[in-house]
Amino acid sequence: MDSKVKIKTEEINFFYGRHRALTDINLDIYEKRVTAIIGPSGCGKSTFIRLINRMNELVPNTSLSGSIYIDGQDIFLGSIDPVEIRRRVGMVFQKPNPFAKSIFENIAYGLEVNGVKDRGFIEEKVVESLKKAALWEEVKNRLSASALGISGGQQQRLCIARCLAVEPEVILFDEPCASLDPISTAKIEELIQELKKYYTIVIVTHNMQQAARVSDDTAFFLLGELVEFDRTQNIFTAPRDSRTEAYITGRFG
Amino acid sequence: MRKDRVEKIGFGLLFLSIAVTVLLLFSIIYFISARGIKVISWEFITQPPRDAMTAGGVAPAIIGTLCLTLIAIAFSLPLGLACAIYLCEYSPRGYIVNLIRVGINNLAGVPSVVFGLFGLAVFVKFFKFGVSMLSGGLTLGILVLPVIISASQEALMAVPNSVREASLALGATKWQTIKKIILPTALPGVLTGTILSIGRVAGETAPILFTAAAFYLRGYPHSLFSEVMALPYHIYALMTEGAHPQEQTAIAYGCSLILLALVLLVSFVAILIRQRQRGYGHGQ
Repeated sequence: MDSKVKIKTEEINFFYGRHRALTDINLDIYEKRVTAIIGPSGCGKSTFIRLINRMNELVPNTSLSGSIYIDGQDIFLGSIDPVEIRRRVGMVFQKPNPFAKSIFENIAYGLEVNGVKDRGFIEEKVVESLKKAALWEEVKNRLSASALGISGGQQQRLCIARCLAVEPEVILFDEPCASLDPISTAKIEELIQELKKYYTIVIVTHNMQQAARVSDDTAFFLLGELVEFDRTQNIFTAPRDSRTEAYITGRFG
Repeated sequence: MRKDRVEKIGFGLLFLSIAVTVLLLFSIIYFISARGIKVISWEFITQPPRDAMTAGGVAPAIIGTLCLTLIAIAFSLPLGLACAIYLCEYSPRGYIVNLIRVGINNLAGVPSVVFGLFGLAVFVKFFKFGVSMLSGGLTLGILVLPVIISASQEALMAVPNSVREASLALGATKWQTIKKIILPTALPGVLTGTILSIGRVAGETAPILFTAAAFYLRGYPHSLFSEVMALPYHIYALMTEGAHPQEQTAIAYGCSLILLALVLLVSFVAILIRQRQRGYGHGQ
C-alpha cells in the first residue's frame, strides 16, 4: 500500500494582497492514488491545488512562500518554466470549459501547442483520449461537431479527455461535478477510479460523500490550514481532530 | 388596474420609439434611392465625369473611396487590435493603463475636422506625403483607431476567463492562448468594430478635405502619392460649387446611393464572415 510521494509541499503560505489564504501547508500526495481535499467554502482548497500547476501566479497581487516538489524537483525554482509544469500537471475545472471549437480540435489543441505536428499521431491520440475519458461511444460519429453542443456532463468528460491527451502525470480536479447532474457525476467518479491506475489525482470537493467514494487519502482544510490528512477511511471513521469530526458529521460547513 | 395602464403606456412609448427609428431608417433609404436611382447606369459607375460634372460617371470617386478605406483599415485594424491585445492581456491593471484607456476613448470624441488639420500638418507637410491617397488614408485610419481599439477591447474582455485558464492549464503559452483561443473567439466582436469603422471612413469628408481629396481628376489614382477623388467629398463639391446646380444635385444623389450601397455591401459581407465564425459558438 505504501506508494511513492509524488507531490510534496513544504511550509506553503499564500497571500491575496494582505489576506493570508493558506498557512503552513505541509502535505504529501502519493503517486497513483486519489487525494481528496475537503473543507468549507473559502478554506483555501482551490487556492491550494492551483499552486500545484502554478495557475495562481496568473492572479495579480498575490505572494507565496514555501516549496512544492514534484518528483523531488522544486517547481518554483526560477529556472522552471510554468508552461512545462502545466503540461505535466493537468487540470479539470469546476465548470466545463471546452473551447468554441470542434470536439476533435478541443483535444488536438493541447498536442498542437506542445509542438506535435504529426496528424496521424494526433488523430490516434484524440481517439485514445476520448476512449480513456469514456466519451468515445457517445461522440465518435460527430467529432467535427461543436464541443459546445454536447451536454454538460459530456463537456466535462471532454475536458478530461483534453487533459489526458497531453499525457500529464498529475491531474487536478477542482470540484469537477459541481455543475453536473447525479448521473453525470457518477460517470465522472467512475472515470476517476479508472484514471488513478495511470495518474496521480487530486480532487477538491464540497461533497463529502464524493470524497469518501472516490479517494484513497483525504485532507481536511479549514480557514487556510491543513487540519488533518489521513487515509480516507480513517478520516471518515476515526478522525483524530475534533474539527474534522464536526465537519464530516455535518455540524458546520 | 392602474398598474396595468402604466404598463400599457410604457410599452406603447417604447414601441413608438422603435417605430420612429425604423421609419427614419427606411425613409433615408427610400429618399436616397428614389432620387439617386435616376442617374445610376453602367456608365455612371464605370466612367469619369464629363462636361463640367454634369454628365459621365463617378468611377474615380468610387475607386478613390475604396482605396482610402482600404488604406485606413489596413493601417488601423492591425494597430488597433495590437493595442487592444496589449491593454487587455498583457498590461498590468493600474493607474497608467486606465489613463491610456480614458485617453483612447476621448480620442474618439475629437471632431473629424481636427483630424483633418492634424493629417495636413503631420502626413502632408511633416512626412512630405503631399496631398495624397496615403495622407488621407492614414488620417482616416487615425480617426477610427479609437473605435477599433474600444471594440476589440470589449470583444477580448468578453472572452471568459475560464477559457484562458483551460488553455494555459494544457501547457499553452500566453501567446498561443491569445492566437489560437482568444482571438478566434473575439473575432466577431472585432469585425463588428471594423464594420462600423468602414462605414465611418467611407463617409467622412473633413479628414480628407486637406489631405487627399481633389474636386476633379481626369484619370484614376496611379500611386499612393496621387490625389484622389472620393464620394463624400465629391457630393460636397457637387452641392457647393459648379455652374449647373440642377444636374449636379441629381449626380450628388446618385453618389449618395452608391456610398450607401457600398457601406451596406461591406457590412453584409462582414456579417456573413461573422456568422461563419460564430457557427461553433452556438453549437448545433
